[in-house]
Amino acid sequence: MKNSLIILACLVAGILAGSLGWLPRGFLDLNPTAYALDALLFLIGIEIGADTRVWQAARTQSVGILLAPLSAILGTLLGVALFSVFVPGVGLRGSLAVGAGFGYYSLASVLIAHIGGKTLGVIALLANMAREFITLIGTPLLARYFGRLAPIASGGATSMDTTLPVITRSVGTDYAVISVVNGVVLTALAPLLITAILR
Amino acid sequence: MRILLFLAAGMFVGYLLRSRKNVLATARTAATWSLYLLIFFLGVSVGANPAVVRGLGRLGIQALILSAGGILGSVLVARLVSRAGFDRARHEE
Repeated sequence: MKNSLIILACLVAGILAGSLGWLPRGFLDLNPTAYALDALLFLIGIEIGADTRVWQAARTQSVGILLAPLSAILGTLLGVALFSVFVPGVGLRGSLAVGAGFGYYSLASVLIAHIGGKTLGVIALLANMAREFITLIGTPLLARYFGRLAPIASGGATSMDTTLPVITRSVGTDYAVISVVNGVVLTALAPLLITAILR
Repeated sequence: MRILLFLAAGMFVGYLLRSRKNVLATARTAATWSLYLLIFFLGVSVGANPAVVRGLGRLGIQALILSAGGILGSVLVARLVSRAGFDRARHEE
C-alpha cells in the first residue's frame, strides 16, 4: 500500500515536471527509460529466480495446485476481453495486455508503456493498482460469494505478497501455499504474456 | 524479445544467488529505485503531451472498467473450479 502511494507520487511528479516544462529541452529524446527498463527486468528476474517457494511447493504439492493460476489467467483474459467493448479506445489487444498484468502494476505499466505506448502504460498502471486495491478490501466478500479460490484468482500476481495476509485471513492458512504459488506463477508469466499479446 | 532476455538472465542469476540474502536485498532496492525512475519518466512523457493530460480522467475510468472485467472474470472461473471439486481435492491432500 505504501509502495503504491510512492509510485503514484512518482507518476504525478513526472506529469507535473513534464507539463510545466521543468526538465531541459530534448530530455525525452535521450530516452533514459530503455536502459532503466532493461535493468528493472534483470533485477526483477533475480527476485523471481531467487524465490524458492515455488520449487518447494512443486516437491510437496500435486499439479492440481496449478488450477489456481490457470483460472486466474483464463478468467482475467475472458473478463477483460468482454469488457473491452466498453473501452473502444483501448481495443481488444490493449485490454488483454492490461489484464495480463494480473495486478503486477509496477512491471506491467513500464513494460506496456514501452511496447504499447504511454497512454496504455498509464491505463495499465491504474488498472493493475485498482486490482490490488479491490482485492485488498474486497477479499472477505469475494470469498463469501465466489468461494475460497476467488480472492487468490482476483489477487493475481499480488497473491504471493501484498494481498497474501488478507487472503489467508479470509480463506484460511491452508490456502497460503496455493496463494503463493499462484502469485509466483503469475508474476513470472505476466511479462511473457504482455509481450506476446503486444507483439 | 530483448526485454525477455534480461528477465531470463535475471532469473538465472537469481537462482544461483538464491542463498545470498544481502545480494538479493541490494537487487530489491535497486529494482525499487529503477521502478520509481521509470514511473517518473512515464509521467514526464505523459505530462509533455497536453492532449494526454486532458484525457487522464478518461484513462482512469477505462482502467477501472478493465480492472472490474479482470476481477469478475477471474472470480467467476475460480468459482467454477471450486465447485468442480478443487476445494474438496485440497481438503483430502
